[in-house]
Amino acid sequence: MSETAIHPALRNHLRDGQPPLISVQDLFVQFGDRQVLQGVNLDIYGGETMVILGGSGSGKTTLLRNIMALDRPNSGHVYIKGVDVTTCPAEELSAIRRVMGVSFQSAAMFNSMTVGDNVALPLREHTKLAEPTIRLMTQMKLAQVGLSGVEDLLPSQLSGGMRKRASVARALAMDPEVLIFDEPSAGLDPIIAAGIDELIVHLQEAFKMTIVIVTHEMHSAFLIADRMCMLHRGKIIAVGTKEELQSSTNERVRQFLERRADEPDDESPNFVTGF
Amino acid sequence: MTFFASVGRSTIEKIAYVGGLGIQFWKGLRSSYRVNPITGSRLRWRATVEQMAVLGFGAMPVVCLISGATGLIMAFQGGAELRQFGALQFVINLVGVSMTRELGPLMTAIVVIGRSGSSFSAEIGTMVVTEEVDALRSMAIDPIEFLLAPKYVAMMVMMPCLTIAAVTSGILAGGLFTYFTLDMSLGVYLRATLEVLVLRDIISSMIKAIVFGTIIVHVGCFEGFQVAGGPVGVGRSATAAVVKSIFLVVLADLMATAFFYLFWQ
Repeated sequence: MSETAIHPALRNHLRDGQPPLISVQDLFVQFGDRQVLQGVNLDIYGGETMVILGGSGSGKTTLLRNIMALDRPNSGHVYIKGVDVTTCPAEELSAIRRVMGVSFQSAAMFNSMTVGDNVALPLREHTKLAEPTIRLMTQMKLAQVGLSGVEDLLPSQLSGGMRKRASVARALAMDPEVLIFDEPSAGLDPIIAAGIDELIVHLQEAFKMTIVIVTHEMHSAFLIADRMCMLHRGKIIAVGTKEELQSSTNERVRQFLERRADEPDDESPNFVTGF
Repeated sequence: MTFFASVGRSTIEKIAYVGGLGIQFWKGLRSSYRVNPITGSRLRWRATVEQMAVLGFGAMPVVCLISGATGLIMAFQGGAELRQFGALQFVINLVGVSMTRELGPLMTAIVVIGRSGSSFSAEIGTMVVTEEVDALRSMAIDPIEFLLAPKYVAMMVMMPCLTIAAVTSGILAGGLFTYFTLDMSLGVYLRATLEVLVLRDIISSMIKAIVFGTIIVHVGCFEGFQVAGGPVGVGRSATAAVVKSIFLVVLADLMATAFFYLFWQ
């Protein structure tokens, strides 16, 4: 890509001469008096799997929602393929969203539609493909995630893991460049969760997609990630490869990696004794 | 200071609510063209036809029953007073005019609010809670176009139909009263009713039906889109949709009636 074709805001963020596919710059988000994101900067490059780690309430889902342009920040920018999704017009945002597939924490399947209709929905909405072609593509997408023969079932008839897989099939329907997962293994037993991790790794290897995952499951994160970042109280406190994160000397990162509880506050009562 | 602050906050919230409804109304109007079966989306058209069946045909029996009962109540109440003046035949005017101008559209709106307004808000509210609305947006599908527009177009078609059915039921029930009290045949009663009614009554009835239908769809959907706080929030939004819709429908009715009284006699 020539230097002039690159958005000016991304020219200082090149890696191997390529701009980041997703670039979050100085992102501030506030809910009421609570500052949720405090100047987050993060670059995600094409073809890599970025895992966003962080404890509950650290702001990871808020960051993800801003990357998906589902929320607007108080200030800062999110560039996707060089387009600032925080300020771009609705038509441009719609075009950007078509290159992104999202698997939500709750799977977010439309309960009134069959699994097949769920997966076919983006195809019916955004393409002029004939119905037999759409049906064939739906079957293919479901087969890709290991779910064949469930087209006519309702989402409520699937198990939690199957629903997650079906939501990934729907996210894959438009052959997205970016696949986003919000807590992919939340609420699943370890065996099903491992299956979802394998699926993500398989998708990355097979389609060389850019994958962004929000999770607090350390085992999954180390299995899936090319690079990881860690959010704490709305700030990114570490970003790097798995090895770089593992060798981090940041106390909060070490605490998270070693699964240590917070030190008890001297002034707060002991929950066990009450004193 | 606290009093003024709470009045100020409440005022701002009300203005924001009306503003939000206004924006949603404009977006709903703009996206309604996508519902047409020729150049629009076939998915939207199919959803619209389904909505017509649910909110229109589904409501028809109860609308007719309630309006019929209302027409009969009007006849009994009016008859009891008019008989004292030997003017029992004016029950025909009373029932015909009040059902057409006022009670037909109003009773229809109240039934539709109970059946559909609450269901719109619960349906959309549940979709908000389960991230389905976010999923639509992430797939570049406009939730207003996908969820609201089919309901709006279906309501615009079915609300006048339901109102006509309600008015007819009420008038026919009045005919039952005159048959037993005045020994008047149904044919004579209907001819007398048609003589009483003028075009203005029918037009005002249809305008009210369309305005009430717009209020019901937009308040129901708006409350649904605003849901926060899980299943409790969904329940609250359904209640709020019913209460606010009834209030706004009665307010709109008052304004429309005053307008027709003042400017189109």
